[in-house]
Amino acid sequence: MGCLEEMKYEVLLSQCSFKEAREYIKKNFNEIVEVPPGYRLLNVHLIGVPPLLIGIDGDRVIFPYTKPCYGTFVLQVEALDEIGRLRSKR
Amino acid sequence: MESSGEVSPGRRRALILLGCPEVPVQTSIALYLAFRLRERGDEVVVAGTGAALKLTKLADPRGHYLGETMNIDRCIASISEGKADFDQCFAFAHSDAGITYAGTIGYISRAELFVLIFGRSAEELAETVEFDCRKLVAKAVHDPLPLKRLLDEVI
Repeated sequence: MGCLEEMKYEVLLSQCSFKEAREYIKKNFNEIVEVPPGYRLLNVHLIGVPPLLIGIDGDRVIFPYTKPCYGTFVLQVEALDEIGRLRSKR
Repeated sequence: MESSGEVSPGRRRALILLGCPEVPVQTSIALYLAFRLRERGDEVVVAGTGAALKLTKLADPRGHYLGETMNIDRCIASISEGKADFDQCFAFAHSDAGITYAGTIGYISRAELFVLIFGRSAEELAETVEFDCRKLVAKAVHDPLPLKRLLDEVI
């Protein structure tokens, strides 16, 4: 998981499908940015089928994280440095 | 041997993208597929989780079939960053996560994408695919022959 492992992250949704993760982010966060699959966030290249959505809430980002044996998780992590880069994508 | 993932000119490059190894047919089919691809002259890279690679490597101690191997997330990173790419990709999927990885490859890579969809819910899973690929679907768990037959038709 790269440097994400060393950060304080919160699991908002566990072992769901990628589609469920996308719907969760869409439904629960007002500010949403679409990124391409493989987008690098916190040293992690995101896995996903378009549209791959990332939520922004204050200084935190909310994103889907897929593991081959465990499915998809929705993670929330403080990442102020990433938010400017994400917003510039819109 | 671990692969650098760098592009070398000449031979066709094929990627075998392994999913979670919990369904028995995957390891057997992966070795067979690597054998068939190398037999026709392809340069083959096998990417997977630590466990998936361990299972395949142990079954092929001299690397007669496997050749290069690569961690699955490093593979995705290399393709995303433009450091590596392939002409064909064979992605294994018996779960939503496997389909999600295959869909990622479909977006980031120029490779012709084959998705091997197997396991008890293969047909239902196949219906969830929303990206361009050639689907090879077999309700295979313990018996690798249905998947072998599908692969033989496309190689």
